[in-house]
Amino acid sequence: MRATSRAAVVLWRCALTRAHCCGLAVGPAALSASSSATAAGQPQLRQRRAASGAASPPARPAITKLLVANRGEISCRVLATARRLGIPTVAVFSEADRRARHVALADEAYCIGPPPAAESYLDADAVLAAAADAGADAIHPGYGFLSENAPFAEACASAGIRFVGPPPAAIRSMGDKSEAKGVMSEAGVPVVPGYHGEDQRPARLADEAAAVGFPLLVKAVAGGGGKGMKIARSMSELPAALDSARREALASFGDGRLLLERLITRPRHVEVQVIADAHGGALYLFDRDCSVQRRHQKIIEEAPAPGLSQELHAHLGEAAVRAARAVGYVNAGTVEFIFDCDSGEYYFMEMNTRLQVEHPVTEAVTGLDLVELQLRVAAGEKLPLSQQQLGAPRGHAFEARLYAESPARGFLPCGGRVRRWRVPPAAAAFDPAAALRVDSGVAEGDEVGTFYDPMVAKIVARGEDRAAALRALRGALAGTQVAGLPTNLGFLRRLAGHAAFEGLELDTGFIERHRSELLAPEPVPLELAALAAVARCKLQAARAAAATAAAGGAAAAGPWAMADAKRLWLPHARPLEMEAGEGGGEAAALAVTYLSDSEFEVSGCSPAGPLRVSHVALALEPDAASPPDQTAARVSAQIAGRRVSADALLYSRPSEEVLALWTAAGEAREFRWPVARWSKAAAAGAPAGGAVATPMPGKLIKLLVEEGEAVSAGQPLLVLESMKMENTVASPRAGRVRLGTGLHAGAQVEEGQVLLHVVAAEEERRGGGAEGAPAQAAAAGAEAA
Amino acid sequence: MLGAMIPRLGAAAAGAAARRGLSALAAAASAGGAPTSAAGAGGSALPRSLDAGGDAYARSAAAMDRLLSDMRAEAARAAAGGGEAAAKRHRARGKMLPRERIDALLDEGSPFLELSPLAGHHMYGKEHVPSGGVVTGIGRVRGRLVAVVANDATVKGGTYFPITVKKHLRLQEVAAACRLPCVYLVDSGGANLPRQADVFPDRDHFGRIFFNQARMSAEGIPQIAVVLGSCTAGGAYVPAMADEAVIVRGNGTIFLGGPPLVKAATGEEVSAEELGGALVHCTTSGVTDHLAQDEAHALAIARDIVGGLGGGGGGGGGYGGCGARWDEPLYPTEELGGIVPSGRQPWDVRALLARLLDGSRFEEFKSNYGKTLITGFGSLYGMPVGVVANDGVLFSEAALKGAHFIELCAQRRIPLLFLQNITGFMVGKRYEAGGIAKDGAKMVRAVANAAVPKVTVVVGGSFGAGNYSMCGRAYSPHFMFSWPNARIGVMGGEQAASVLAQVEEEKHARAGKQWPAEEAAAFRAAIAARYDEEGSPYYASARLWDDGVIDPADTRRVVGLSLAAALNAPIGDTKWGVFRM
Repeated sequence: MRATSRAAVVLWRCALTRAHCCGLAVGPAALSASSSATAAGQPQLRQRRAASGAASPPARPAITKLLVANRGEISCRVLATARRLGIPTVAVFSEADRRARHVALADEAYCIGPPPAAESYLDADAVLAAAADAGADAIHPGYGFLSENAPFAEACASAGIRFVGPPPAAIRSMGDKSEAKGVMSEAGVPVVPGYHGEDQRPARLADEAAAVGFPLLVKAVAGGGGKGMKIARSMSELPAALDSARREALASFGDGRLLLERLITRPRHVEVQVIADAHGGALYLFDRDCSVQRRHQKIIEEAPAPGLSQELHAHLGEAAVRAARAVGYVNAGTVEFIFDCDSGEYYFMEMNTRLQVEHPVTEAVTGLDLVELQLRVAAGEKLPLSQQQLGAPRGHAFEARLYAESPARGFLPCGGRVRRWRVPPAAAAFDPAAALRVDSGVAEGDEVGTFYDPMVAKIVARGEDRAAALRALRGALAGTQVAGLPTNLGFLRRLAGHAAFEGLELDTGFIERHRSELLAPEPVPLELAALAAVARCKLQAARAAAATAAAGGAAAAGPWAMADAKRLWLPHARPLEMEAGEGGGEAAALAVTYLSDSEFEVSGCSPAGPLRVSHVALALEPDAASPPDQTAARVSAQIAGRRVSADALLYSRPSEEVLALWTAAGEAREFRWPVARWSKAAAAGAPAGGAVATPMPGKLIKLLVEEGEAVSAGQPLLVLESMKMENTVASPRAGRVRLGTGLHAGAQVEEGQVLLHVVAAEEERRGGGAEGAPAQAAAAGAEAA
Repeated sequence: MLGAMIPRLGAAAAGAAARRGLSALAAAASAGGAPTSAAGAGGSALPRSLDAGGDAYARSAAAMDRLLSDMRAEAARAAAGGGEAAAKRHRARGKMLPRERIDALLDEGSPFLELSPLAGHHMYGKEHVPSGGVVTGIGRVRGRLVAVVANDATVKGGTYFPITVKKHLRLQEVAAACRLPCVYLVDSGGANLPRQADVFPDRDHFGRIFFNQARMSAEGIPQIAVVLGSCTAGGAYVPAMADEAVIVRGNGTIFLGGPPLVKAATGEEVSAEELGGALVHCTTSGVTDHLAQDEAHALAIARDIVGGLGGGGGGGGGYGGCGARWDEPLYPTEELGGIVPSGRQPWDVRALLARLLDGSRFEEFKSNYGKTLITGFGSLYGMPVGVVANDGVLFSEAALKGAHFIELCAQRRIPLLFLQNITGFMVGKRYEAGGIAKDGAKMVRAVANAAVPKVTVVVGGSFGAGNYSMCGRAYSPHFMFSWPNARIGVMGGEQAASVLAQVEEEKHARAGKQWPAEEAAAFRAAIAARYDEEGSPYYASARLWDDGVIDPADTRRVVGLSLAAALNAPIGDTKWGVFRM
């Protein structure tokens, strides 16, 4: 009996892998075929199967059409499994996502409203209407949006649609953190001290805060993902924390209720993946550690949680299953624990009643496709294996989350067009059990907006043990090329490469503690600077030639078309100002002297004198599909006797040019230089000082100052919301506020838009100087546009 | 008379070359050695015929290196313009130096074919006018070739010396011949007043600039002015006559009479900016069309203007007949530095062709006839070219062959490349009787009338009627360049000394006087020295007898750029006139 079951499990795992690799459109028959193909390839398995004689091939879940009520990488990921299982798929999209990858992946797609999530992805009626139109009989909510929305789950049920998730009651009781903790306490699961009461009056909250003790966390009752979560270190910080948390909670969840909780100072975030079927079966699929966080956003997760004893792993798992059973849980969920590094105690934090972002690490160490399990459970099937059959995790896995954000600018979420999206070849195709996997919701050419979560992809690597998995992760990060928008990829590389991370120094304070090293400027190696300078010259010439050819001009031929700017008799040196990195990176004033079309001298990068860059060769990538404002090539050269090569991408943004280099040695750097913009307007002049411009596109949610108000340097002026995060813009200097026109809460603002001026006292005395400043700046801006 | 003069250099070389032409060289050519490439145009590959490891080569290369390093030093001095202090003042006003302006105007990483950087060299005694006070040349803007004139305000305030006028007009001549849009980067105080007699009244003086602007505009060749500094008096007409004009706020001013003149004339006190600044001309007078906030902006606007010329860009907008692919020569062009013997020995022009033409391929025409002139077909960067090169003194047969070959090229619309190393036509009773004058005239007529692009490179001597028949400056080649070893003159210095001494001696004899030997020697020496000075490429290039001296190693590139620019204009029909038979 036991042997039979184990064989079945093994077959299941393999079937998943093989079927995917073969790229089969999987229905019951196809799955069966791929199972035997696997068996044929592995005699040992075939023997076992023959011996058992009982393992029936997995059939397609009884779902005729699946709507994925989400976007981005998770939508793509769910669609991939549905496709593999032969289930017709439906995508929904907002107007901002019309050309998004998930829309293209589905069999059919429905527009469900304008870009703001509240009017599209959070609009339950619109989603259900799309499901009705498409004739979908199941909805997978992904994570976020409607995934933990009990009324939506109920609405699905009353519309006769299967909600791929837990019963509404379970969502409800786990979604209410206060209630959840009560349930857990009763079920014998330890919980953190805190206040989860309905009484939300400030005085009561202050009293309760004093009882819980500082430091404490203020969290949205309906929260998750770090939204609406603030720390108060003392009573004096409490009112601001409550205020801010409530505002975010209202904006994100439409529910301003808050809870308070003791803050454990050296906590690890350990969570357990559970899955339960409607027949009483429940499993824990081992644990994960998600301690490496920044402002409560997970960054690198791993499975299993390292450094815990076997007993502890088992205790956590069993506690999680207990928790799930306590609320009559069905489908996939995650029970989060806070693990106190100092005491070794763990407390129930919350249960996420959905598929987690980091589920791939669990898939990697179990070989299971969690989405397939979800679909089967939703279709009423029993779980196909027992805890015992599941056995132990196979190796170790890491997931690194790629965010569209700028570490150099305080991790500001940023959008942009994806100019380059390349993952290691091994991860090119989706396979939930692969050793290397990249789940992404973007493709080259996509526009990443600021309407939604800034996470664009997850890079997952598995190894025999933690060390091997970490090596694999580092390799995968080095082999990933992204350009066009700021990302935390470089930060992830440094994080994954950090000795303390390798050395298991895991707790949620890790990043804050190592912040200075992780964010320290990385000096650009001299050779790389020289290569960048030469690549810039060559690529610019290549782009100009392509533009000429595209404009129907002279064919790029002959001596005039050669990128040979050598002058007769005189050395031709071009000054090249460049900034490494983005936002206040290392600036360099280089000069390139053209010696021929393949030989250059670069000065300014080395104190030892100019570097000779010879044998420069540019292998242009075919640009048929790429936009005209970008040029890609492989550039190689010889510098100081050493051959160096890199993938290079040059592209233009409204105010700057960017050169991205990915060296063969695995180093990735960006260089940028401003593109001057001018106004031809007679009235235009340099914008007056003290201009306050938006650091990113977004929505103005709060204006904290009034026209003419005197402000000090550093004083908050306004609050912007972008990518679901609040960002406060402070005054650059002391002075008097002069507001721009059309400035009001709710106004959409563009990146770089001058919102107001802070006029210094001496300027005010001078009069004229800043008087017409906003108008002038607006004129200049219009011209630049 | 001139055609009959053979300088001494020629006399020695002619015989040697003639002999060599008949025997040694033919043997060298037939010996082959280099593989024949099948790709591209026809013609077999020329042999290496230069031993780059040999002593003779090393001596030649060393001699050329000395000439080159002198030339580089002179070029650097010319590029320094009005000097460090002037440049500093210039920059302090937010201005770039003229070559920097051009760099900013042109496509990043693209070539610039600067013309006559040595113009004005030692022409005005103590007054130095580096590069003639103006930088000119051809470059690429948004993929399109343009002719650029950039005043150097650090040199005499950018005022026009006679050579400045000549250089400006020469660039306009090139632009008209090649149908290249003109971009004038103006920063000039106008005519140099102390020299007004030499810059103002004559046909080819200052006014001709505007005449040319009008005529080229009428021809559909765009005229674009960028006012980066003063445009005073006559200079005001550069932007005013332009099709489209840009002006920089703060630095750019345009007025017929500057503030001092206004004050003198009417007593009105007015600042330059009020009188003719960017705001006045962009908002009130309409003299200029685009207001630029700074120089970089102005040049960016100029780039946009050129980028938007569309089909009205003057010429075909093409780089002529450049193929998409070509073979580089089989032997390094750098070896050309060692091709010219340090003495007066003749040298093998085929070794030059082997380092000049695509794939070193050369299809020689009439190789067994008139051997002192080498004619044949090859290509440069895929552009077919007919080569006319000297290999000794010209005889009747050589001249007839040259005329025939030039007719062929004109008929086939193939550009011509003249490689001058010529002492002149053969003299002597037998040759005069043989009609060498009329045969030479045939070649001269063919050269003058052939309506194909012509590029001349003086790679050695350029003397007497040889200069004419080999498309010297008077024959308006589209471009003409010299190597640093070039010598140009009606005859060699010693020949001239001999001839003039003979005349002088006859004068003495008629007067019944004895001419003292030492006086005669001093006379000869002075004549020889003067001819030597005037025959130097510095002297020639300073006066725009050519478009610049070039490093032999750059010959392929420069000729290729020139031919491609010339081919921007369509090739017309040739009319030959009357050949004296």
